[in-house]
Amino acid sequence: MAHAHDERATGTAEGRELAAGERLAFVDRYPAAARVTRLCFGVSFTALLVGAVLGIVQALHRTNVFRGVISSSDYYSVLTGHGVLLALFFTIFFLSGAFTWGTARSLGRDLPSPRFSLAWFGLQLGGAVAVATAIFGGFVGEIPFEADVLYTFYAPLQAHPLFYAGLAAWLVGTWLAGADWIRSYLRWRGDNPGERVPLQTFMVLTTMLMWYISTLGVAVEVLVFLLPLSLGLIDAVDPLLTRTLFWFFGHPVVYFWLMPAYFAWYTILPKLAGGRLFSDPLARVVFVLFLILSTPVGFHHQYADPGIAEGFKFVAMTNTMFLLLPSFLTAFTVVASMEYGARNRGGSGYFAWMKALPWEKPAFAGMALAGLMFAAGGFSGIVNAGMNINSLVHNTLWVPGHFHLTVGTASALTMMALSYWLYPQVTGKRLQLYGVAQVQPYVWFIGMALMSNAMHRAGLAGVPRRTAEPQYEQVSFEAVLGSIPEMRLQIAVGGTLLTLGAALFAAVMLATWFADRGRGRLRVDSHLPEPISGPEDAPRVLDNFKLWAAVAVVLVAIAYGFPIFSMVTDGPFDPAAPPVPVGVVDVAFGAVFG
Amino acid sequence: MHVHRFERVWLVAALGMIVLFIGTVTYGAVAAGYGMVDAEGGQVDATDPTTSESFREPGVYEGNESDHYDVYVEARRFAFIPGSADPIRVPADSTVTFHVASADVLHGFEVAGTNINTMAIPGQKAMVTAEFDEPAEYGIVCNEYCGAAHHDMAGTLEVVPQSEFNATAEASA
Repeated sequence: MAHAHDERATGTAEGRELAAGERLAFVDRYPAAARVTRLCFGVSFTALLVGAVLGIVQALHRTNVFRGVISSSDYYSVLTGHGVLLALFFTIFFLSGAFTWGTARSLGRDLPSPRFSLAWFGLQLGGAVAVATAIFGGFVGEIPFEADVLYTFYAPLQAHPLFYAGLAAWLVGTWLAGADWIRSYLRWRGDNPGERVPLQTFMVLTTMLMWYISTLGVAVEVLVFLLPLSLGLIDAVDPLLTRTLFWFFGHPVVYFWLMPAYFAWYTILPKLAGGRLFSDPLARVVFVLFLILSTPVGFHHQYADPGIAEGFKFVAMTNTMFLLLPSFLTAFTVVASMEYGARNRGGSGYFAWMKALPWEKPAFAGMALAGLMFAAGGFSGIVNAGMNINSLVHNTLWVPGHFHLTVGTASALTMMALSYWLYPQVTGKRLQLYGVAQVQPYVWFIGMALMSNAMHRAGLAGVPRRTAEPQYEQVSFEAVLGSIPEMRLQIAVGGTLLTLGAALFAAVMLATWFADRGRGRLRVDSHLPEPISGPEDAPRVLDNFKLWAAVAVVLVAIAYGFPIFSMVTDGPFDPAAPPVPVGVVDVAFGAVFG
Repeated sequence: MHVHRFERVWLVAALGMIVLFIGTVTYGAVAAGYGMVDAEGGQVDATDPTTSESFREPGVYEGNESDHYDVYVEARRFAFIPGSADPIRVPADSTVTFHVASADVLHGFEVAGTNINTMAIPGQKAMVTAEFDEPAEYGIVCNEYCGAAHHDMAGTLEVVPQSEFNATAEASA
């Protein structure tokens, strides 16, 4: 294992010799994997920065603090860009990089074919650039691209074909990335028959199996319906069917954002806290639960939809509630591992041990704060999942308030924190602007605390999500807790702090990228200590991927088989809703009502 | 498989909580009788719901039972008919079923500050029933993005005293 850049090792003559001679940072051991990880991170961080800038434009516009940048109709181009760049590209390019690293590290072998890896990266990037071009074309009247359809792109609103084609290419890129990791695993398996699958690879494989099953929904939606519709090959689609196919994918994608965070909380956070993972077997159980339960829950995004029988919604609700279990188990393991670390570091007392944790280390602080916020996000999610109480908050500002805690903090802040630890290892460069990195997680945490609590409360007052206007002439929103102007102020200040947080992160990464190699110790190493309870305690059946994939498919068939069958048998394109292109018709509307 | 005692306690507690959550939702659906939006509204034409048998000219109609009213609302970019140009008027002390359908893209029909909150999906008719005890005025917002002027799509629901209400006039309006 790579001890060369360990603070302890480099402090000795032997360590310095090792550091000078045999370089053992990840980048030196696995140069191809390190390169692909760097490329993925580069795209991911760019998407984060652009998405964050769009975020502050929105936050200030819809709270009426500053409306000089965009018109209210352009707000939806900004919103589409913010959602797609952050929810799809920042998170999933990061995942692609982190999983490439984790697979190579835990299997102890470099990429089987660097050329193949670059091909999937190129396909993902090409798709992402096409999608971004279609979205940002919406700002320029002379460019025929329009894609103000938001990141849920519900038909029959219709974007430019480039948007759907780009999405499809990017999606295929993620499939090939998974194939790459599976290939690495199979080669390792060939050389190591009978051995337990290393934990990080186990997590990568279960996550990718979930992804293959769930992306089937969006692939059919885009390739069979939306792309042909936008090209004029078909005249109409059934909006309920396409929406259902979207949510078939739309909830598992949530776990696709979250699994890299869990991956980090389980395998890296315990070390950063000064300890080791509490239980390897429970970590495996958690990932298996996510694999089998992530997809048959999509109808909980459609509780308020007509055309879907209450029974199907009830099944989805029950599955959703059971999906809480792996997150509850994670909460236990993460806290227990941190406590173990803190006590190792000399902490004591019922709660006082928390003071012994390394809050000054940016990677630890970011992950721990992200985990804390995830607890709050989890509870607001339980409200969403409660089928009847959901009516009070459906499509209100409560919902983005919720997912800014989950994907916007649990995932995003963990990814940033992980970067502070991992980026030096895949570049061989010491993290620069360390002081900035130390402050950054707290800036994000405070910004999100302000913004999200206000969004939740505004949602309870009935303030809708996805709107450019703070005020409706015909509607007065009555706050249950606090006042509407106070909520707006918190959203504006919080949104500003979050954009600042993203900018600080980008500054650290840019400075590190441009730094010279060999300037100082890396401060980090990729050695991960053994869990307290190791894989030998885990039943072998947990590693039976075929079994769990089969169980997942059966559960999906139970939850989705009949509803989708009944939507398709009345004609896959019926009830027939003709496309409503964004942009064109809106201009006509403007001419009439303008 | 070895599971630490604390973790077992936690696991059982978590499972207990999950069952409790499912129990409260089930209670709401079964015992308290909270009716979800579901498939009972049936299908309508995706571009002109009024041509369908299960839909009527937009407006307020007296229902089959006393003090029960049916409100047919057509949602189209960027207005509720009725609701936006003219308010929807229903009497106090009544039970009202809203029948909502879209004539173009996805919309939302949310009566702000209440749990009347449904999607309007082209081709489907949503039905939501609510009770109104007191005269009041509510705002209606479209809470699903429907295009560049989505933020202009709003309306008003007026719950008026019984004496001021005339259903026939509302239907023909």
